[in-house]
This record gives sequence, C-alpha cells and structure tokens, in this order.
Amino acid sequence: MASYTAPLRDMRFVMHELLDSSSLSTLPGYEQATPELMDAVIEEAAKLAQDILLPLNLSGDAEGCTYENGVVRTPKGFKDAYAQMIAGGWTSLACDPEFGGQGMPKLVSTVFEEIVSSANTAFGMYPGLSHGAYRALHAHGSEALKKQYLPKLVDGTWSGTMCLTESQCGTDLGLIRTRAEPDADSGFRITGTKIFISAGEHDLTENILHLVLAKLPGAPAGTRGISLFLVPKFLPTAEGRPGARNGVSCGSIEHKMGIKASATGVMHFDGAQGWLVGRENSGMRCMFTMMNAARLAVGMQGLGLAETAYQSAAAYARDRRQGKSVGGKTDPAQVADPIIVHPDVRRMLLESRSMTEAGRALSYWCGMELDRAERHPDPAMRQEADDLVALLTPILKAALTDLGSDAANAAVQVHGGHGYIHEWGVEQLVRDARICQIYEGTNGIQALDLVGRKLGQDTGRLLRRFFHPVAEFLAAHEQDAALSEFVGPTAKALGRLQQATMTVAARGMARPEEAAAAATDYLRLFSLVAMAFMWCRMAEVAQRALQAGANGEASFYQAKIDVGKFFMARVLPRHSSHFQVVMAGGETLMLLPEVAF
Amino acid sequence: MKILVPVKRVVDYNVKVRVKADGTGVETAGVKMSMNPFDEIAIEEAVRLKEKGVATEIVAISIGVAACSETIRTALAMGADRGVLVETDMAVEPIAVAKMLKALVEKEQPQLVILGKQAIDDDMSATGQMLAALLGWPQGTFASKVAVENGGITVTREVDGGLETVALTLPAVVTTDLRLNEPRYASLPNIRKARKKPIETMKPADLGVDPTPRLTVLRVTEPPKRRAGQKVGSVAELVMKLRTEAKVI
Repeated sequence: MASYTAPLRDMRFVMHELLDSSSLSTLPGYEQATPELMDAVIEEAAKLAQDILLPLNLSGDAEGCTYENGVVRTPKGFKDAYAQMIAGGWTSLACDPEFGGQGMPKLVSTVFEEIVSSANTAFGMYPGLSHGAYRALHAHGSEALKKQYLPKLVDGTWSGTMCLTESQCGTDLGLIRTRAEPDADSGFRITGTKIFISAGEHDLTENILHLVLAKLPGAPAGTRGISLFLVPKFLPTAEGRPGARNGVSCGSIEHKMGIKASATGVMHFDGAQGWLVGRENSGMRCMFTMMNAARLAVGMQGLGLAETAYQSAAAYARDRRQGKSVGGKTDPAQVADPIIVHPDVRRMLLESRSMTEAGRALSYWCGMELDRAERHPDPAMRQEADDLVALLTPILKAALTDLGSDAANAAVQVHGGHGYIHEWGVEQLVRDARICQIYEGTNGIQALDLVGRKLGQDTGRLLRRFFHPVAEFLAAHEQDAALSEFVGPTAKALGRLQQATMTVAARGMARPEEAAAAATDYLRLFSLVAMAFMWCRMAEVAQRALQAGANGEASFYQAKIDVGKFFMARVLPRHSSHFQVVMAGGETLMLLPEVAF
Repeated sequence: MKILVPVKRVVDYNVKVRVKADGTGVETAGVKMSMNPFDEIAIEEAVRLKEKGVATEIVAISIGVAACSETIRTALAMGADRGVLVETDMAVEPIAVAKMLKALVEKEQPQLVILGKQAIDDDMSATGQMLAALLGWPQGTFASKVAVENGGITVTREVDGGLETVALTLPAVVTTDLRLNEPRYASLPNIRKARKKPIETMKPADLGVDPTPRLTVLRVTEPPKRRAGQKVGSVAELVMKLRTEAKVI
C-alpha cells in the first residue's frame, strides 16, 4: 500500500509562515478563522484521511464499482467511510452558514482537498462533485431552489453531479443535443444522454442532484444557447424526503484506467423534470463562475497524488538496499546501502518533492486569493485577487496535474519492479493521476485559456498582478547574499518569461495559430517561474526563521533551503528549453500535410 | 456526576522517536505532538457516560508546557466541557502530577477520575495508582469495560491470563486499557465549538505543589542494534553455542 502521512508541518509553514493566514480573520465572515482553528481542522482531517480513506484506496481500486440493472454499488467500505465523513460535517467545510455550512475559508478547503486526494482520490470525487454542484446552485439558483436543495448538499445526505459531456461533445460544449422542453409541472422536461458523469449513480447518498446543460427550443446556436437545469434523481416530497423517481437513469458505468472506485455513468434523461438554474441561455456563464474553483480542485488532486507518490518512494528508497554508494557514505556492516544513497534515486525524489512543495505554496496562495476575491471589503482588492486567481488557475491545473503524473511515474521507477506490482500501491497512483490531466479542461485547453484569454485580458492587467510582486521581490532581494542562489536564476527566468509573453502576444495578434502553437510550452515556462518565485519566498522565510533561532526546528528550515536550492539548480533550467520552443514558433508544427500522418 | 480526565501531550504515536544527540532525552523540537492515545480512550469513555446521562460535566486537565492547551482543545472537541491547564516548563514526574491532580480533585469534587493506564512517552503506568493512593480512593486500573450502576462502578480489568471484574464505590479512579472503546473523530462543528469552551490556566504553585523532578536522567540511548544471526550445522553445535557463547543454558 502507498504510504501517506499528511505533511502538517509543511502545510502550516505555507499557510501561516509564508502566506500569513492570520490575515484571513480580518475578512468579514471569517472572524473565527484563526490559525489555531485551521490547524485543529486540518489535523482532524488528516486523521480521517489516514485512518479511514487511505486503507480503502488500494481495495477500492482492485474492486471498483459494479453496475447491475441501473444500480451502482461503490467498493466495500465506501458507504461507511462516507457516512463518517458527513457525520463529521466535512462536506459542509467551506459552505455558506446560511445553508448549514461551516463557513471556513477556501484556503482551508484547498488544504482539505489535497489531504483527501492524497489518501484516496477516487473517494474524493463524490464529495468533490457535490461541492461543484453546491457552488453552481449557490451562485445562480433561485432562492426557492437554494432553500430546498442546498442544505442537503451541504450536510452531504444528497450528492451532486455536473452533467456537461455528451458523446459528440467534450471540449466543445456548443455541440450539445440534450433538450429542455417547457412543462407545466416543474418548468422543464429534460431529454438526452450525458456521458462521463462522475458520481452519476452510486449508493452513498439517498438522492442525487444532477446539474444538466441543455438547450431550450429555439435557443441560439453554440455555447450562447445553453441553459443549466437542476434534475434530481428522486423528486423531493413536501417534507424534503426523496419521493417519486424522476425520469433519469444510469445506462452503464465506464471501465476506466484509474479512479476505479469513482463511478462514471452514462446518464439517460427521459423527459425528466428539471428546474432552470440561472437565466435562460446563460448556462455556460453559470459554469464559468465555478470553473476556477473546480480547476483548482483538480490541481489539488494532482498535488495530493504527487505528495503520496513522493512519500511512498522516499520510504522505499530509505528501506531498500541495492548496490554500494558510489563514493558517498556507505554502511560497512551491510552488503548493500539503501538506494537513497544513489544520486539518480535522489534526483527522482527531489524533482518530485521540490515541485510538490512549490506547487503547494502556489495553490494555497491561490486558495487564499479566492477568499480575498470573495470577501475583501475593498472592491479594488477583490478585483486584484480575482485577477490573480484567473491567471493562476490554468497554470495550477495543468502544472500540478502534470506533476501528479510525473511524480507517480517517478515513484514507480524508484520502486523498480515492485513499483509495477499492484500491491505496492504506486502503479495505482500513475493510473489515478492520469485523468487529472484530461478532465475539467484538458491541459492543452488550460494552455489555450492562458494564452488566448488570460494573457491579453485588459491589456495584460492579469499578467501585471503576477509580474509586479515577483519583480518587486527580486529587486528588494537583489543584494541579499543569503538568497543569491535563488534570486539570480529566478530573475533570469522571469526575463525570459516576459520576453516570451511579448513574442506570443505579438505573433498571436498577427496569426492566432502561432499563440496556440506556443501555448503548452508557454504555460510550462510560466509555471516554472511561478514555482521559482514561491521557492524564493519560502527560502527567505526559512532564512529568517533560522536567523531567529529556529526554535529547535533548524533541520526543518534548513531542508526548505536545501530543497529550494535543488529546484533552482536542477529543475528551473528546464525553462530554457520551453523558452526556446516558444521562440521557435509554430511553423514546423504545420509543415507535415495531414495525409502524411 | 462530574468526571475529571487528565490528558497528556506526548510525541505522536506515528512519529519515529529519535534520541537527542547529547543523550539527555528524546527529540521533541519540531516533532508532531498529540494526545496520549490512552487518554483519548479516557475522554471517549467520559463522553459516553455523559451521553448516557450518567455524567453531567467533563473537565479535561493537562499539566505541562503552554502548548498543552491544544491537547485540551482536542479533548474539548471530542466532548469535554471545559479545561484546566497547569502550566510548567519542567518535566513533571508521576508523583508531582498525582499531587497536582489530588489538589484539583479536592477543588473540583468529581465522583470519578478517568485517565490512561500509561502515557506512550515514558510508559510509567503510575499516575492513576498514585492518585488513588493519595486520595484514599478505590482504583480500577487497566479497564476494558466500565459500568456505573447503583451508586458504584463496575470495572472489568485486563490482567495477566484473563479478565478481573471489580466493584468500586464512588468516588473512584479508573485507568483505561486499549480495548475499552474506540475514540471518536471530532466533528467539524465540535472543533469550532471547542475554541469557545473555557480553559482555566494556573501554575503548580497555585495547587501548592513543587514539581521539581526527584529523579535524575543519567543518559538516554537507543536500544542496542540486533546482531546478525548465525547458522549452525547441528543440534550439538547449537547447544554448545548456547552454553559457551550466549551463556543461556
């Protein structure tokens, strides 16, 4: 089984020492959200994840979900685990107190998402999808719908789904065919088939609320003609209990590469009663308001998997003895040293760890900016925070899910042949991590979102929200000898990112195809600079803590600096090749005629 | 009925304990600390007694550094009503803890004190027994089952080779064994409520106790490494080696 202990000390370092989470309690509604409370919450979440969710990860993968006559059963133990989760109030963590939520900051729910994904990504899908449905309904539902349904989503007795994809449309939602006909009873009757519906049918909750994209009669073509509907599996009675079965059924579940314990259904809507959420033909806009949080959540899946992969690999590397150390410290009493002495093994471990730690800092920062964007009393500050979230979201989604995959593959490599064996639990991480690069907008789409939408928005206003604090930090620490190994390389990479930005913008203006051709490498270049900035700041915090005596934790802070130096010397240089690819332009991508493929 | 539950802050059971380089103790700086698992069982038992209507108030007590207040908060999140922190930076030994608890018992007048049979850091297994002796109260140690009935308490004890059931008159001291119950996870709403429950802070001197250690730690070392095994060719050789090398027969 994979090893995982929630890295609470690292999490506290980022939340409190790097990001000053105590400032959250100055935001209206978050008065009680002190660092002490956040610590108590994540500590209990860690217990729940380690004791209940982690032991079900491997068995859930082996057993998978089963489908019989329209009924879907989750693997053994999932029902009890879910019951414990909702009994503890965890589905209500960051929800609105008006509907029974605990009203904790997004920063805390971001950490919670990481912990749950580390322990059991497939299990996390069920509450995760419910939370997506909660957000859409909370932002756009009528007061009556919110009063009727939100408390059930918040307390977790009912779950939710997002029904977007159809067989002929995934990325391009303008092509959907599901229809909504006005109806005297509920308002609308929904007919059509949706595929790839996570948590579409299962046995964890007494009712399931589907949020469905469909077209009204005579709606405009494309994405401007899509509306959002709420379609419950069971129609609620006047007392709020699940009543008559609605015209929605599960036709089958997919046999997937990974996250096998997460039921992915084909959902048939056959004249099902539905209620409009938001205005007619504004379905895409409703989806977009919750897209940032959902994409960040998928990024957290990647990060969570990377952490578990790293921990499993590090534990194995310390334990497994093969070969003698080449010139390094060796144990004369043993015929072989633990493989952690070998430079190439350390390379794999440190690549994963240095990017995971930087990714954690970057994503928690984004989580905290989500809180500011929502709660700050000053509209200018809200806008600023919102800009930064909008810019960082595609970068986090793509970079952290790529990291999840890379770290999982590295963990298999460190385990050698054992890594390829199911029981060791790391090959599962590879399979589970793979979907994160695909769903909630493929990483290619994230790159297009970055260059096509975010880059040029308001003449680069979003970019400035990131470039300014980085440039400021670098200028302020230019002469800081203690940070010389951090500031110099980051400044160089930032310069190249700015040059690449200008080039992509200029070429894209003339030929949009050029921006699209540069997108993925541009995003990777950006993510490396963003991670480098996080390492600069983390190293500065760690240096200060060491100078102040470190309170007995010198080795913890020294490790931050050591891992950061590795990132600067051996990971950040990758930015050069991405820079060169961006500058090379897209011409060679289009040379080969289609028939020659 | 009021119940007192002393809870100790110890190195988390998941942490691999390391001896300090200078051999004066074990490394606790930067190490994750948690409530002693046997004390979690004690809190759980007290909360269950309250849920059954037997107990009316649960007071969680911790003695030690200021950070012990977090251990008390954990107890409050599990269902204790209020906390008492006796703050000291000294390493407290069981006899000092028992004396302080005695003073607190005299102040609080509980009918029952439930505590872990031992703490997983030093494994002394002494505080409960000392407290009962100082108070002159009956004690039911190593409890795997507890029932309060007819003004008394029946405690099933885990003893060598089986179970022993004792009936105690109240007030009494009970120490918990592993099988007594399975502690609950604190719910999110209760974690939040715990932040608002009161914790009274005092010093050992307020209880008239001098916690200065009476024992001197000479040296803390890791257990010796196990030596590699040997293969023997015959039973005769085995017996010979056991006699001459291992000197066990």
